[in-house]
Amino acid sequence: MSLEAAWVNGLLGGLLIGSAAAIYMLGNGRIAGMSGILQKAFTDFSTDSGRHSALFMVAAFCSAGTIGLWLMPVSITVTHSVAALLVSGLTVGVGVAWGNGCTSGHGVCGLSRLSVRSLAATLTFMGGAAVAVFVIRHMLGWTL
Amino acid sequence: MGTLVTLVSGLVFGAGMMLSGMVDPARVLGFFDVAGAWDPTLAFVMGGAMVPMAAAWAVRRRMSLSLTGETLPAPASRLVDRRLLTGSALFGAGWGIAGICPGAVVPALSVGGWPVALFAAAMLAGMALARVWRQPEQPAIAAAGPGSV
Repeated sequence: MSLEAAWVNGLLGGLLIGSAAAIYMLGNGRIAGMSGILQKAFTDFSTDSGRHSALFMVAAFCSAGTIGLWLMPVSITVTHSVAALLVSGLTVGVGVAWGNGCTSGHGVCGLSRLSVRSLAATLTFMGGAAVAVFVIRHMLGWTL
Repeated sequence: MGTLVTLVSGLVFGAGMMLSGMVDPARVLGFFDVAGAWDPTLAFVMGGAMVPMAAAWAVRRRMSLSLTGETLPAPASRLVDRRLLTGSALFGAGWGIAGICPGAVVPALSVGGWPVALFAAAMLAGMALARVWRQPEQPAIAAAGPGSV
């Protein structure tokens, strides 16, 4: 896929992601933050919203599988080592729990309502990711 | 009705993640590699997602309850504290290692195989860990949760 085609698909996919978040918020009154949804479904049993969270993820999983395998065959290859995946997963898990959100919650839902808190979070995690990539690829020269 | 809304929203979300290419860690890492072969796709995705959601917030101001009769989100918190910034920095660092974020991981499971599943398991463990291992500055009462005082 050429880079420009990827941009168009990115824009269209983004419109779908934003529409999904809009449907969820206006329909159910909930913020479509994926880290919150994951936590409610798997680690926080104190609220009764776990059922909705689980359904959201099943639907996301199924539609992605369908689109990926039928409409536009997507093959992703994750080349990272087991250690890198474990470290990355743990860090992301602790980070989004403390930071109360990720790219969908702070990035999409928060920035679109001009939230100062979400702007601070988004700048921090985007900056953090850029620093991590710079250190890993260009300073250490590692291939994880 | 609420269930239907959840299912439709989840379907559209997953389709958007797949179409946008954001389930592909290589593309995500390309966005963060500003000193290498920079790939701006993620910016298009974020920009595209912002449009319907900004419209939704404008509509929300005219509504008292959600379409299914639930309470709507309260005004955004303005709190920027160490916990938010430490957590976000950690998330960013982890995102920069493998290029997988919580929004991408569920759709990516359907095409990414065992490495994505391994990441997902570690991420859930991290989330569970964060629930018991709170940052020390948090007041003890808040950390213990409601009803436990």
